[in-house]
Amino acid sequence: MTRQSLHIDWTACDGRGLCTELLGPLLVRDEWGYPRAAGYGSDVPIPSSFVAEARDAVALCPRLALTLQEVRAPARS
Amino acid sequence: MAEAFWALGRATGVVSLVLFTVTVLLGILTRSGRPALGLPRFAVTLVHRNVSLLATVLVIIHVASLLADPYAQLRLVDVVVPFLGTMKPFWLGLGTFAFDLVLALVITGLLRHRIGQPAFRFVHWFSYAMWPVAVLHTLGDGSDVGKSWLVLLLVLCVGSVLVSLAWRASATFVEYQHTRFEEARR
Amino acid sequence: MSTVEMTIPRAAVVPPAGVNRLFAAGAADLASHLARFGPAPLGIAPGQLLGELEASGLDGRGGAGFATWRKLVAARTSAGPTAYSAPVVIANGAEGEPMSAKDEILLRHAPHLVLDGLLLAAAVTGAREVHLYSGPVQLASVRRAIAERTDARGVILDEAPDYFVSGEASAVVSAIETGLAIPRDRRVRLAVSGLGGRPTVVSNVETLAHVALVARFGAAWFRSVGTDDSPGTRLLTISGDGVDRKVIEATGGLPLAEALGAVGLDTSRLRAVLVGGYHGAWVPASDLWVRLSSRDLEPYGARPGAGILVALGDQHCGLAASVGIARYLAGQSARQCGPCVNGLPAMAEVLARVAAGGGSARLPDEVRRLAGVVTGRGACRHPDGTARFVLSTLEVFEADVRAHLAGYCEVTRS
Ligand code: HEM
Ligand code: SF4
Ligand code: SF4
Repeated sequence: MTRQSLHIDWTACDGRGLCTELLGPLLVRDEWGYPRAAGYGSDVPIPSSFVAEARDAVALCPRLALTLQEVRAPARS
Repeated sequence: MAEAFWALGRATGVVSLVLFTVTVLLGILTRSGRPALGLPRFAVTLVHRNVSLLATVLVIIHVASLLADPYAQLRLVDVVVPFLGTMKPFWLGLGTFAFDLVLALVITGLLRHRIGQPAFRFVHWFSYAMWPVAVLHTLGDGSDVGKSWLVLLLVLCVGSVLVSLAWRASATFVEYQHTRFEEARR
Repeated sequence: MSTVEMTIPRAAVVPPAGVNRLFAAGAADLASHLARFGPAPLGIAPGQLLGELEASGLDGRGGAGFATWRKLVAARTSAGPTAYSAPVVIANGAEGEPMSAKDEILLRHAPHLVLDGLLLAAAVTGAREVHLYSGPVQLASVRRAIAERTDARGVILDEAPDYFVSGEASAVVSAIETGLAIPRDRRVRLAVSGLGGRPTVVSNVETLAHVALVARFGAAWFRSVGTDDSPGTRLLTISGDGVDRKVIEATGGLPLAEALGAVGLDTSRLRAVLVGGYHGAWVPASDLWVRLSSRDLEPYGARPGAGILVALGDQHCGLAASVGIARYLAGQSARQCGPCVNGLPAMAEVLARVAAGGGSARLPDEVRRLAGVVTGRGACRHPDGTARFVLSTLEVFEADVRAHLAGYCEVTRS
């Protein structure tokens, strides 16, 4: 079983909030506008029902800060 | 027949200028990271991209129809190499230059993930050169420049871009800018 | 091999007994080094050295404490067949942490041991490129050492700038690659793809010096001092309360009180000790019997890490001192990652409002919330380390927090 994990490159992310629109409520914005997933840092596990949205976020992030990676289960938290 | 190509060339030229103006406005909106016109942020980017693609298609028709129009005396090299034209080489050259820039912008825009953010951004800054060059080309070469509808259209285009540029340069341009510290951009 | 090496009979080398290991040669020159330790067994079979390292339990001495043999194995297995995919080994002697001095002392007094370790790590991983990265003063000493021997000519020296995150592993790789020592985003481990995309080991210089000793004298010798979960010796930098960054070599798992006593600190006059440096955690003065081992320090959120101890005298207010450190750390953000750039100053300022006294009783919870917001959300662990430090401050100085919020400071009596 593999599952998808969304990696956020913080050096690139400018908190534009496209990903939080597409992936809410999985991702929310913090008080400065940067994406945040409850309980996760730079690598956010994506449930299969959100994979399509995650792909869109990767394609549309204006700063190319997102990548979707396959992680072999069990995913690290 | 030649008349028809000429008419098509003029029409597509003017419409693509308007669409490129809208593209620039949407690009600036995208950069600000705000939802607008009832659209969420990701949709604003998509519309920016799609309008730019539509404008590009129109500009290709614009060039193609003028190639087909014998009065325009356009040769194939004039499509890509600026300032070689026989008729009004300077103003035509501006059009060629803008066309080259559009191709570069669209190709790098579509291959963003392939070429990486720094290269994409570098080329994308040239959109601020492409647009005024296209406007000047219209002013210099446009057959309808004397007509009041075109004057009004150009005033609207230039005015709206100037206003957005002023907004672009203002301190509150980026959403959340007021709560944020500036990141060092390298 | 140099002529000096030839004249040393193998039998004359006796493994150092006791805790004086890394500096046992007594001087920085090659002759003293060879006389005390003998030549490095560069021909040792990789499997044998890796086995000894695993058995020795040697952990990284740069702060993260990752098992050394694992790093080497990872780079070795990621190695490709060509020079472009051969591993790179980097000795990391950049101490961004202002309270640490042990790597500088080590490079100045025992550079040959570090070079031996570096060459052994290169041999074991099959590295074709070897670097040593550190500040200019240390590099001068290393340069002298390299000139004394023939086998280390290939070591490339890279100068490290002096700021907090310059020694972070990905910042080390960036510094060598681009000249800018700033951390970068990592999707794959450096051991898989680091410098120029090659498998890369970034190893602290003290760790490498221990590798050089384990290769010679074995794992059993290494474990003959120290405790089960903190074997061997480790360098400590101790400061505070009148002591300025004294470096000692101590047995692993030494109780804090003994380490502090060894540099002449009066443990009865302390309020707390910061263990692990600015990314570490406080241990209150009542608990100085705690040993410098991961197991003992875990309840406090601390690790032996890079062996940094900062004592806080009882005439100082723990909160006021912590605010200074939190602000310093906020200022040391490499300013790349939004949550770090914005979150660390916000956290430091709320902590400052707690310390300033008389504020809302909800302020400590706000500090905790911000710590949660920044943790894990940076290209490097700077936000995590800063959050850990701040949380530890709230916990260990809890009584002071309450007093300050009530408008009173026990220490300054105001
Ligand atoms: C396939 C085509 C295109 C794509 C995918 C695309 C994509 C983008 C993206 C993602 C941004 C936001 C950059 C950021 O936030 O850092 C942007 C901004 C912008 N785009 Fe485009 N674009 C395309 C074509 C064009 C064209 C043809 C023009 C020229 C008229 C243009 C003009 C602009 C402008 C003016 C900005 C704002 C730049 C700034 O002020 O930072 N774009 N575009
Ligand atoms: S879309 Fe990209 S830049 Fe915007 S917040 Fe998400 S990751 Fe950051
Ligand atoms: S987390 Fe902070 S210190 Fe680390 S790279 Fe990002 S901005 Fe720099």
